[in-house]
Amino acid sequence: MSYIVADKLVKKFGKGDAAVAAVADISFQIEEGDFVGIMGESGAGKSTILGILGAMNAPTSGTLTVDGIDIYNLGQEQRADFRREFLGFIFQSFHLVPYLTVIENVMLPLAVVKAGKKKKRQMAEEALDQVGLLEKARRLPNQISGGEKERVAIARSIVNEPPVLLADEPTGNLDTQTTREIMELLLRFNQEGMTIVMVTHSPACAGYAQRILRVTDGRLAEEDTKIRSIERWERNERKREPRLSQDQKLMTGSLPIG
Amino acid sequence: MNLNAISIKNLLRRKGKAAFVLAGLVIGVSTVVGIISYVEAMTNDINHKLEKYGANILIVPKTENLALSYGGLSLGGVSFEMEEIRQKDLEQIGTIKNSANIAALGPLVLGVAPVGQQKVLMAGVDFQAARILKPWWKLQQGELPGADGIILGTEAARVLNLEVGSRLSINDNDMVVSGILQPTGSQDDQLAFTRLATAQLIFDKQGQVSMAEVAALCKDCPIEAMVKQISDALPGAKVMAIQQVVKSRMETLAQFKKFSYGVSSVILLIGSLVVLVTMMGSVRERTDEIGIFRAIGFRKRHVMKIIFTEAAIVSGLAGIIGYFLGFGATKAALALFSENHSGLVPFSIELAGGAVITALVVGLIASSYPAFMAARLDPNEALRAL
Repeated sequence: MSYIVADKLVKKFGKGDAAVAAVADISFQIEEGDFVGIMGESGAGKSTILGILGAMNAPTSGTLTVDGIDIYNLGQEQRADFRREFLGFIFQSFHLVPYLTVIENVMLPLAVVKAGKKKKRQMAEEALDQVGLLEKARRLPNQISGGEKERVAIARSIVNEPPVLLADEPTGNLDTQTTREIMELLLRFNQEGMTIVMVTHSPACAGYAQRILRVTDGRLAEEDTKIRSIERWERNERKREPRLSQDQKLMTGSLPIG
Repeated sequence: MNLNAISIKNLLRRKGKAAFVLAGLVIGVSTVVGIISYVEAMTNDINHKLEKYGANILIVPKTENLALSYGGLSLGGVSFEMEEIRQKDLEQIGTIKNSANIAALGPLVLGVAPVGQQKVLMAGVDFQAARILKPWWKLQQGELPGADGIILGTEAARVLNLEVGSRLSINDNDMVVSGILQPTGSQDDQLAFTRLATAQLIFDKQGQVSMAEVAALCKDCPIEAMVKQISDALPGAKVMAIQQVVKSRMETLAQFKKFSYGVSSVILLIGSLVVLVTMMGSVRERTDEIGIFRAIGFRKRHVMKIIFTEAAIVSGLAGIIGYFLGFGATKAALALFSENHSGLVPFSIELAGGAVITALVVGLIASSYPAFMAARLDPNEALRAL
């Protein structure tokens, strides 16, 4: 049996005739250690699927099992326990707690874990070290850059060493260089055995995934299983750069608008 | 990092909001403490006065005559036949159940003494008991009388034209004026006082007294029961409690207490609404943050604990500050408006504890709905990111 099994997931919003199906009869399986990308247009249902996978958004029908556990058969509090023990979340807009320092943000999932202060700090420092931000541990979120915030969010998501990492547009707000660094970080975690499910718009980021689930109008349009290709990412980037330069020239008016 | 640390850090970040909640509760608690302290001080003051000032049980002979005086105007004078009580019988008062509540017993012999062309009502008193029974007595001149001495009320001295050292003869007894009382504003101003034994001798009433005064009223004295006990002990006497004024003051105080507690409740209610509204606002502002907590695996009770810890810290602090503020305000108010009775407001550990507990209860109850709302937040809705 696969590690994550989504079976005939349906998620409708609204009631009766006005109900809209954000997810319509989707089934897929994810093996332990997979790196899966979910792609699709805005409103296609990607984030809803991720919400369902994250034990936060109960489907209208269908089942989700993770490691043999029927997630939506659990009570709300048990699902909270499941999130704490099984899942790490990376949000598009970081969602750091503004009044906690970098290391305190990373320690947040450990706040409700029974462990000594020293042990928690050590775990947080290790996570921060993995994302290369240990030296900024005492700073507040407003004292670090966007890329660094994303790293803090990643450190927070891995601090309790969850087997599954869910990432929603993890590089959506970042520049190319930082995006590359973040994706390499995720790749490393995946290579160390972590299962990663990532929603992205970016084909370049999707290039890091082993499998791509394409979603259109709440349905699984196609599944693209391929060999992860860093080369393809780099090729994409090379193609993009001249185009961006041209866009910039257009914006500054140095080239005539045709 | 634990849940308490999150609460404390949030309070420190939102100092303005925390201060607002604190102020709301401090005003409520300090008002309640102030009112309770003030009422307590007033009660102590009244009790103090009751214990300090005067007789409050009168023992007079049973008589078939009706009083012929009204409002200080006497139509019959003292010419009617007076009944007497045997002085020995008064010893029975020491045997009553509540004898320990009796502060002083003052037997009194009354008689009309001719002084020149005038007549004066002369009272033989026990000057030792009079110190407790009539603490307002102050000698304007002279000293307490010896066996052949008398002291005069100011009016008596003026009308009789006597002064300290004047000699006079009453029923063939040579007497000397040893002192004159300061005006008391009472009937005492018109009387002449001598020792009990001297008066009994002058009026030929050895072993008899005209009446007796008892000082017994204190806050815990069961006056009516004592009146009954003395009546039983002295069947030939009529025993009366002078408690009209006391009762009226106590009733006024009781009404003031009720009113004060009503006002306190309203103020506390307003304080709790301030807490409720501010905490609700705080929860709404922190939707995103609470969404993160829930998303990363905080249970509902963890979220509630964060909110309740914040409320408890602010409320506890408000209780402590409110107590001292209310206590200080009462002391200041009493010092300003009430002849320096600030000493009557003692530090009360019970009231301090009560203030902290009240603040905690109000703060926690007012925070329970916001905490419940926070715990109910759907992480998916709260974040709108997944």
